[in-house]
Amino acid sequence: MTKKIITKKEVEYVARLAKLEFNEEEKGEFTSQLNTILDYFSKLNELDTEKVEPTAYVVSQDNLLNEDEIKPSLSPEEVFSNTPYIQKGYFKVPKIM
Amino acid sequence: MKEEVVIGLEVHIQFMTKAKIFCQCSTDYLGKGPNTNVCPICLGLPGSLPVLNKKVLEYALRTALALNCEINQVSRFHRKNYFYPDLPKAYQISQYDWPLGFRGHLEISIPPSGVRRRIGITRVHIEEDAGKLIHEGDIASSTYSLVDYNRSGIPLAEIVTEPELRSPEEARIFLMQLRSIVQHLEVCDGNMEEGSLRCDANISIRDSQTGVLGTKTEIKNMNSFRAVKKALEFEVERQKKLLAKGIKIVQETRHWDESKNITVSMRGKEEAQDYRYFPEPDLLPLKISPEMIEKIRRTLPELPESRKERFIKVYNLPEDDAEVLISNKALGDYFEKASAFYADKKILINWVRGELLYNLKEKKIEVEQSPISPEKLVGLLKLIDEGVISGKIAKTVFEKMFESGKEAREIVQEDKITQITDQNELIKIVDRVIEENPQSVEDFNQGKEKALHYLVGQVMRYTQGRAKPDFVSQAIKERIKN
Amino acid sequence: MTLHQLSASEVVNLVKEKKVSVSEIIQDLYDRIAKVDPLVKAFLILNQEEALKQAKEIDTKVKKEEELPPLAGLAIAVKDIIATKGIETTCGSRMLKGFYPPYNATVIDKLKEAGAIIIGKTNLDEFAMGSSTENSAFGPTYNPWDLERVPGGSSGGSAAAVAADEAFIALGTDTGGSIRQPASFCGVVGLKPTYGRVSRYGLIAYASSLDQIGPITKNVSDSALLMRIISGPDNRDSTSVDLPVPDYLKSCQEEIKNIKIGVPREYFVEGMNFEVKDVVYQALKLLEELGAKIEEVSLPHTEYSLPTFYLIATAEASSNLARYDGIQYGYRTENYKDLSSMYQRTRSEGFGPEVKRRIMLGTYALSSGYYDAYYLKAQKVRTLIKEDFTRVFSKYDILVTPTSPTPAFKLKEKMADPLTMYLSDIYTIPVNLAGLPALSLNCGYSKGGLPIGLQLIGKPFEEETILRVAFNYEQNNKVEKRKPLQNLSPQKMVG
Repeated sequence: MTKKIITKKEVEYVARLAKLEFNEEEKGEFTSQLNTILDYFSKLNELDTEKVEPTAYVVSQDNLLNEDEIKPSLSPEEVFSNTPYIQKGYFKVPKIM
Repeated sequence: MKEEVVIGLEVHIQFMTKAKIFCQCSTDYLGKGPNTNVCPICLGLPGSLPVLNKKVLEYALRTALALNCEINQVSRFHRKNYFYPDLPKAYQISQYDWPLGFRGHLEISIPPSGVRRRIGITRVHIEEDAGKLIHEGDIASSTYSLVDYNRSGIPLAEIVTEPELRSPEEARIFLMQLRSIVQHLEVCDGNMEEGSLRCDANISIRDSQTGVLGTKTEIKNMNSFRAVKKALEFEVERQKKLLAKGIKIVQETRHWDESKNITVSMRGKEEAQDYRYFPEPDLLPLKISPEMIEKIRRTLPELPESRKERFIKVYNLPEDDAEVLISNKALGDYFEKASAFYADKKILINWVRGELLYNLKEKKIEVEQSPISPEKLVGLLKLIDEGVISGKIAKTVFEKMFESGKEAREIVQEDKITQITDQNELIKIVDRVIEENPQSVEDFNQGKEKALHYLVGQVMRYTQGRAKPDFVSQAIKERIKN
Repeated sequence: MTLHQLSASEVVNLVKEKKVSVSEIIQDLYDRIAKVDPLVKAFLILNQEEALKQAKEIDTKVKKEEELPPLAGLAIAVKDIIATKGIETTCGSRMLKGFYPPYNATVIDKLKEAGAIIIGKTNLDEFAMGSSTENSAFGPTYNPWDLERVPGGSSGGSAAAVAADEAFIALGTDTGGSIRQPASFCGVVGLKPTYGRVSRYGLIAYASSLDQIGPITKNVSDSALLMRIISGPDNRDSTSVDLPVPDYLKSCQEEIKNIKIGVPREYFVEGMNFEVKDVVYQALKLLEELGAKIEEVSLPHTEYSLPTFYLIATAEASSNLARYDGIQYGYRTENYKDLSSMYQRTRSEGFGPEVKRRIMLGTYALSSGYYDAYYLKAQKVRTLIKEDFTRVFSKYDILVTPTSPTPAFKLKEKMADPLTMYLSDIYTIPVNLAGLPALSLNCGYSKGGLPIGLQLIGKPFEEETILRVAFNYEQNNKVEKRKPLQNLSPQKMVG
């Protein structure tokens, strides 16, 4: 039996943030799988990292910069080649509210 | 309870670069068809990567330095994650823990007293703009929405103030002066109506005796300087009324409804925000050397405050005239350009502040788009000086110039409104008026000054105002005496 | 030897020497694919018409005696997570079924310019999330050495295609071992370059700070050949590093006398597969015979790599995969009433279970209140893992380890338990966290005839050294070289 680190309610909250939906069975399964994984991950707490700097990037060099110059944009055919949801040159999305 | 208003602003300015912030699509999207200035990067297509536009960094540094900010020697980007159709990657590349500039200030002067107030600038950071959503009708009743990504990836700076503004009017003044600064820096055109300068506000009421700060609300959708003032005034009153009734203020976002002149709660229409910021792995940290900062500091253009001082000193302008000129960079430029060709600054400023500003405002035209260029205005003023037209006629000519964009001289010639300078011709008309009005002549001879005015008026009528009144008056007196 | 059995360098030379036409080569390859791929299922998409057209164009050039680009006529398979203009790019996901990118990845532009011909897009775990290629929405790929086993993953299609002679060379991507582990399972050579060596532009992101594109090849010199073409700075990828690209083939020729090899003790733990251990020790012995100095070293934070990796990778993935929202491209559910339900259903129906699991894990690790405990903690441990390597590399030139704790496992064996599946990447993950280059090459077989891989880890941007050691090893390895699926009887094909 692994520790309860994440509750079903938290799983529901995270699912809302990630824009995913699950049925009850899936929620249960995810909760238990995530708990197993997070329990294993709690191994990291063995390490004292108080004075350790985090690593976000493994390469260090000056940032590459673009010149302020214009290059051609995509053609409308290319822009809309991957969706049928088009109206008068716009992408069409369902009602927001 | 003694109440004090506490306002902090969050201002977004669009940078006037040629290309977008992370790709090389054009930023010139106004009037373009939807989704025409887009590429895999600003559409957020899978596999595309951002590369920062050099000019954006330069403009942001200029802005931060002009606002007296300290500059982070290492600055970096974060991802702000949320879903919305105008945000093609479902995250906005922004800055979070290491913004470009921080801990700055802007000193504003409050007219008419000129009292100075120092407003703290919390941070200045770089981020990308989102696309635009268009709804059939309004957002709530629309059955679908349309997305245009032309604006996606337009470079923005976010400028956040400390909560140190004490009234809606102060907020408006701060925003006007900030606009003038970014205009003078030539990084942003400052057009609120077109959205190149946008402003949200946090507002709360503090009990100035206990120092206890009330719950704040965030006000959005204020699309003009006037709207900022009106929305905040409404919100101050709303909060005060609630407090007076002992009702708790809810921390929430409220939209300014321009047509109803009220702020409306967006509660329930927005989900709880958990942006899950984390360092953007696709962009390396920005190292900004002290040399680079110095170079930009040295090459900062003249800012409104020093320009005002210069206007006062060099052109001998009163402070309030100078203040008006620097409030909008283009207006100051207009004045300077005109004054290069025209010596009498007093006359010039009167025309600029008077006729020019009045007509621009009336017709809702920006100074840059003025149909009367500085050169053309000077052309008009010179006609007055040469005595070709009177000051009064000049105003009519000005309006015709404003409508047609023509030169003053052209209008005067077309309409034959040149002043009659031929003395012989004028004397003939004077003689005729004397002959036709014996009663008035007699009245004048008996010392009635009013009669002289009447006679002058008659001459002006015959000449359709093209005569010089003082010359006419002198001529009448002499002809009657003789 | 038939055409499809050739190595990449052999093909390139034959074309240059006009001994064979490119059209013949490409046709032979498609014949081989037609015969073998119904069993292996390495490819998701074939680019036959276009490939044959390009072959003809090169043949015309050859006839006209025009100068040929360096890889003229070389057929290449591309993992279907690399954007190819005009060729469907699915990432092994229902979400991107039917997606045609309007642009090429930088590596594709470079390969095309070098005269290579894309023969097809290969199968993978959905969005490269997996270690067995079983997570593909379009069905699994089978290991050519044993069709009941997985080819490894996530670049399983690429590794299997090269192993089964369905391609001379393939591109894979490696976030936590996705090139090296399948290369090991399929008995081919897989190289994950240093982070920043190869442009990521057009590589559809799983975890941006860990992803790299690399070659999967039949031998070490082909890896060197391809690296020369695809490496180098790119003004479309800020994280690509501005360093000159060495002549890797030339460096392979140097010997390895006195090279210092470290063998991390943490990689030889109790319970590891004894066949893997034996074969790796034999390989070390051979390297020693070639003059290398071998010593045991310690990378003390190795055991923390797995949680560190999965926290960072899933956090980045949760953000990278947020763009699949049904608006501009890809799958959109038909069953929605408003924007919010469109988002949720599209993403729930479009993604497979492993992808959803990782998005959930990553979203949780970044969410308010948990960032410090999970994401930030993992970034700090990443520093410790990186420092382990820096310390060891101050004394040693390369590190040698097994690529995977076991040879290829059976299909479905690990699907029920995600954590067990994650553990199969335990030897490859630390390399990605530290951004180092590493290569896997075959060093023998299990008694059951399954290939076993040897992993060589190098210092940042010193791909030359690992290629050189690998080349020397390969040239001197006396173990008989085997090839799978050689004598297919018609009956066997039906099964």
